Amino acid sequence: MDWQALTLSLKLAFWACLLLVPLATLLVRWLIQAPPLVRRFCQVVIALPLVLPPTVMGFYLLQLFGRGSPLGRLYERLTGESLVFSFEGLVAAALVFNLPFAVQPLERAFAAIPREVREAAWVSGLSPLATFFRIELPLAWPGLISALVLTFTHTLGEFGVLLMVGGAIPGETRTAAIAIYDSVQALEDQAAAAMALVLLAVSFLTLALVYLWAPAGERAR
Amino acid sequence: MEEIGELVVELAQEEPLPLKVSFAVRPGELLALVGPSGSGKTTVLRTIAGLYRPRSQLIRCARWCWADSGRGIHLPPQRRRVGLVFQDYALFPHLSAKDNVMAALGHLPRSARPERARELLAAVRLAGLERRRPHQLSGGQRQRVALARALAREPRVLLLDEPFSAVDQVTRRRLQRELVLLRQRMPVPTVLVTHDLEEAARLADRICVLYRGETLQTAPPQEVLHRPASSLVARLVDLANIFTGEVAAQHAERTMLRWGERLLEARKQPGFSVGQRVAWVIPPAYVVLHRRDRPSRGERENPVAGRIVELVSFGENTHVTMEAEDRARIQFTVSAHVAGRNRLAPGAPVRVSLLAEGIHLMET
Repeated sequence: MDWQALTLSLKLAFWACLLLVPLATLLVRWLIQAPPLVRRFCQVVIALPLVLPPTVMGFYLLQLFGRGSPLGRLYERLTGESLVFSFEGLVAAALVFNLPFAVQPLERAFAAIPREVREAAWVSGLSPLATFFRIELPLAWPGLISALVLTFTHTLGEFGVLLMVGGAIPGETRTAAIAIYDSVQALEDQAAAAMALVLLAVSFLTLALVYLWAPAGERAR
Repeated sequence: MEEIGELVVELAQEEPLPLKVSFAVRPGELLALVGPSGSGKTTVLRTIAGLYRPRSQLIRCARWCWADSGRGIHLPPQRRRVGLVFQDYALFPHLSAKDNVMAALGHLPRSARPERARELLAAVRLAGLERRRPHQLSGGQRQRVALARALAREPRVLLLDEPFSAVDQVTRRRLQRELVLLRQRMPVPTVLVTHDLEEAARLADRICVLYRGETLQTAPPQEVLHRPASSLVARLVDLANIFTGEVAAQHAERTMLRWGERLLEARKQPGFSVGQRVAWVIPPAYVVLHRRDRPSRGERENPVAGRIVELVSFGENTHVTMEAEDRARIQFTVSAHVAGRNRLAPGAPVRVSLLAEGIHLMET
């Protein structure tokens, strides 16, 4: 059992959730009040990772993070390290390929809050910030949980993009999904089976938690 | 309570939806905004609350200026002290009744809020239901929570958007009675949006008729219903008996009206010149049936003969539509026993008088 790869995957999933869900929440808050055409366009762009081949996305991310791009150069100047073939690069990639998984449930949840409820909060004297934390966030809670879980499980499962952007450096960018591939290549079926079972179990448990929890959440509303 | 004063609203804009609104509401007065759906009633309320921002606006309340586009003033809703009851109440679904009210008590110290929320809920007769969530309350109870929340801010203006439309008839009557009682306790300017003209007439001190964003007439209910400012207002408030005619003469005490072949006496209305085409209306209450059993008052006043074309009974009353010899249709109401005693029936001949006092002339 490759504990190093598993720990790395869990760490990556953790950071992806921690960074992406707040960012996606901000994005969604802006998106739901944007002009319809802008909103549609953003929805299309955000949904792209769902249909793009991982190699295509990986290719563009390599271009974007590499030394040839302004982003890559800026990152290198600030940190002294390269964004490609590094754990930080994987986190950055995870923010992109998880975008639809975080944004879509959040968008559904926030869009479902009636405009009048938000306005009632303002008329009651709640500031926009208080309205967000006391009214909107509690109402969008199920969407937030969905976004967290989908981002987490999908990061654990991602293979192609991470392989392209990170290579497969043990302890740095070799995630559990890549470890399974390596094991199969090396004819170590038992190691592959063990890791596959762990990923299956983790994914199943997290999803099961959400599906069992969601109806309870809806009852509370 | 904070200082209470008059609410003054003046709005103007061409686009995206036209607005040409002007009215004032005195402390303790209830103004009903009526008009067909899409006429901008809710937009006016939202503008007063600061939720909508038309191009040109002036909103003053007591000694505060909430919005003045000329001077670039536009206070956000948080700073207006408005009590707004939304059409579907817009309660916070995840909060209990008490927490819904407490959310609007931000101006009080934290320790004073629970007690005040309990008082407010008790005042709308919801004591004991403080911990219920909105979905555990009936429609009428939800409306009361919304009212308690609106009152929690100690508002300087109370705005009610179709507050009785989502409850059954019995609950509606009770809530309307409570509103009347509430107004005696809390003398703030109140604006009620409704599409129900009867409700407006029953509850309001004055009615403001809104059409395509424009205030056409603001007057006490009886004046709007008996003396509409224009034939458009008359149609909007669904008045029966709207006709056209021509001013035949202006006598000292009477205005004479030519209506087809007939010459009618009307209440003196000096604002119209002889020969002018006018629209005119007579409320059904001023159409008097000539009884068979005994002659009644005003039988010589503007007599019209015809046949009954329709009889509709509504409880104690019977609504009668008659067709005069020249095919004009006149509606009036008699009590059911009068209809029976006079053997009113479709096709039967009938004679009425159009009382001069009730004939109201309008620009066409």
